[in-house]
Amino acid sequence: MAKLNMVKALNLALLQEMERDPDVLVIGEDVGVDGGVFRVTEDLHRKFGSNRVMDSPLAEAAIIGASVGMALYGLKPVCEIQFSGFAFQCFHQIENHAARYRMRTQGRFGCQMVMRMPYGGGVRALEHHSESEEQFYAHIPGLKMVIPSGPRNARALLASAIRDPDPVIFFEAKALYHAAKEDVPDEIETMEIGRAQVDRPGKDLTLVAYGAMVRVARESADRLREEDGVEVEIVDLLTISPLDRETLAASVRKTGRAVIVHEAPRSFGPGAEIAASIMEGAFLSLEAPIRRVTAHDVPFVGFARERANLPDVPRVLAACRETLKF
Amino acid sequence: MPRTIIEPQFTIEHLSILDADGNLDSALEPPIPPEELKRLYRAMLLGRRFDERMLRLQRQGRIGTFAPIKGQEAAQLGSVANLRRTDWMVPSFRETASMLWRGWPMEKILLFFAGYLEGGQPAPDQRDLPVCIPVATQLPHAVGLAYAAQYRGDDAVVMVYCGDGATSEGDFHEAMNFAGVWHVPVVFVVQNNQWAISIPLKKQTNSRTIAQKALAYGFPGVQVDGNDVLAVHVASREAVARARAGEGPTLIECVTYRLGMHTTSDDPTKYRSAEEVAAWERKDPLTRFTTYMQKRGLLEAGLEEQVDEEIARAVRAFEATPAVDPLVMFDHAYRNLSPALAAQRAEMQARLAQAPAEGAAAAAAPSASGDGEAAPVSESPPMRGQRRPWRS
Repeated sequence: MAKLNMVKALNLALLQEMERDPDVLVIGEDVGVDGGVFRVTEDLHRKFGSNRVMDSPLAEAAIIGASVGMALYGLKPVCEIQFSGFAFQCFHQIENHAARYRMRTQGRFGCQMVMRMPYGGGVRALEHHSESEEQFYAHIPGLKMVIPSGPRNARALLASAIRDPDPVIFFEAKALYHAAKEDVPDEIETMEIGRAQVDRPGKDLTLVAYGAMVRVARESADRLREEDGVEVEIVDLLTISPLDRETLAASVRKTGRAVIVHEAPRSFGPGAEIAASIMEGAFLSLEAPIRRVTAHDVPFVGFARERANLPDVPRVLAACRETLKF
Repeated sequence: MPRTIIEPQFTIEHLSILDADGNLDSALEPPIPPEELKRLYRAMLLGRRFDERMLRLQRQGRIGTFAPIKGQEAAQLGSVANLRRTDWMVPSFRETASMLWRGWPMEKILLFFAGYLEGGQPAPDQRDLPVCIPVATQLPHAVGLAYAAQYRGDDAVVMVYCGDGATSEGDFHEAMNFAGVWHVPVVFVVQNNQWAISIPLKKQTNSRTIAQKALAYGFPGVQVDGNDVLAVHVASREAVARARAGEGPTLIECVTYRLGMHTTSDDPTKYRSAEEVAAWERKDPLTRFTTYMQKRGLLEAGLEEQVDEEIARAVRAFEATPAVDPLVMFDHAYRNLSPALAAQRAEMQARLAQAPAEGAAAAAAPSASGDGEAAPVSESPPMRGQRRPWRS
């Protein structure tokens, strides 16, 4: 057991999966000697050599495209796209190929690969370094889309993603990389992909969040308990796709109210699918309209104004209170 | 600090062995054993005849859109013939002759172009990727396969095809660059057939050759007469040998011509002249190879009939393919079905279970009502969630 931040926890997952399976390799820009711009792949190069921890040329499409080829051969590449904002340059390889080879070859080949990408705002970064694009991937059949919310589940989910027979988009919230340390067991831990977690139980309102927004949800829930005497249940999705509809519905059947928080812009975002899913699974239990607290439907606003754009505790509190008094 | 020239001037080799009239440069003639030549010739003939048959099947509505290969048989077979079974072949979407050589059954190819993904499933031991439609996007896959072969210590070589249009795509350049940097065993075969749908080569690139693009990425490029199966064979044999020996990638530009349409949805008379096509018809790779085989005394009697019979058998097998219910669409989206997808599958299963009765009702309904409008199938029960049409 060690106290690790998310960077170290992810590094541990990579190290252990590479030790147990020689087919796992790491590929990306600056992932080798430099250990990744966020240090997630630190020291792996020294331990496993440049054939397994590959500093690639600077070209996202070929990082993903070549990894698709490696996966078709039977290797298990873990690709790093330096920032999710640059993944549009490989989006076609992800959508056209990584997601489809199993179907296209009717099961003869699959793409067992993980595409790691730092995402999200709150770190005062430039354009293309702060956005949340999970909805694009969650919409693609053939992909899985995972977003951990802390060091321990990040480590366990990454190990599971590497072992998953299907391609997994693995978003890492930059705001969480160094935000907190957690006890992470030394022995390998995995976590089922496709399962949400009740982060804390409650009976009055379901707050749905994932990634960096789980922190905002927790703080909001604390405030609502202290200031309003309200018990909020937080559902931490962990996997965006496939969505754990049952856990969502079960929670709302109990609470009757739901507020969804995400950093992605609102329209056609994950909140829409989550809300529809709650409607389908818990319509007769709903006591109030489902609310969404999200970024606004505007392009990148510049980091000087990003706090006004991203969901924060006051906005979540307001949405919860309106939902509770409806 | 003078200005200095740091790059040597480069040259590109153009290889031609058997010209359009069947004249042979005997000094360059490769020592291909007669049996292998016969096999190549048969494959070229089969490629041509099958292509023609597919075109008729498409015109009859028995298969969907496809990209005819007519004129490109030598470029495909001269190259692919150098692969071993354990090597990899990565096609784009106009490599029917290469696919046949690699053992794709004709009925499977027909199935694919009839809209069934089953036709794109390689056999369990087959090291081929299926047809890849987005232009140039298969090239990085080939580089990844080649890297994986090298990583595993296998001596497999990867041969990947693309066209002249693909050389404008970013994926082409990224793949070439990665291949050069990683020094992997891959052979890029560019079938420069002069036209990317309606865009002629001169509007595609300002390079004198496509072959020279390889030089920028640090490996050799060679241009060959792509309608000369012997020249393609020689260049490809050298490239495959280099790759297998750990000497890295090669690009082969096969200068050829698409004698037919881009796909069956295209009318090439809109953008190119009959004179141009006629000029290339005189350079037909099959005619030329026939002359060569004749001179060598290797032509077999009755070959066309044999090939046609083989094609006819395949068409019959294709058309006898039993119908499979659409539930199979859920089988390979993921290795394992998620609960949500399992629910979608169950919904379809329930719909399919209702379908026969509804189908019968629809068939029994009159085809038109008295006022000439198509009648709604009002007597059949609506599907779940479906409203009856509103009637005043």
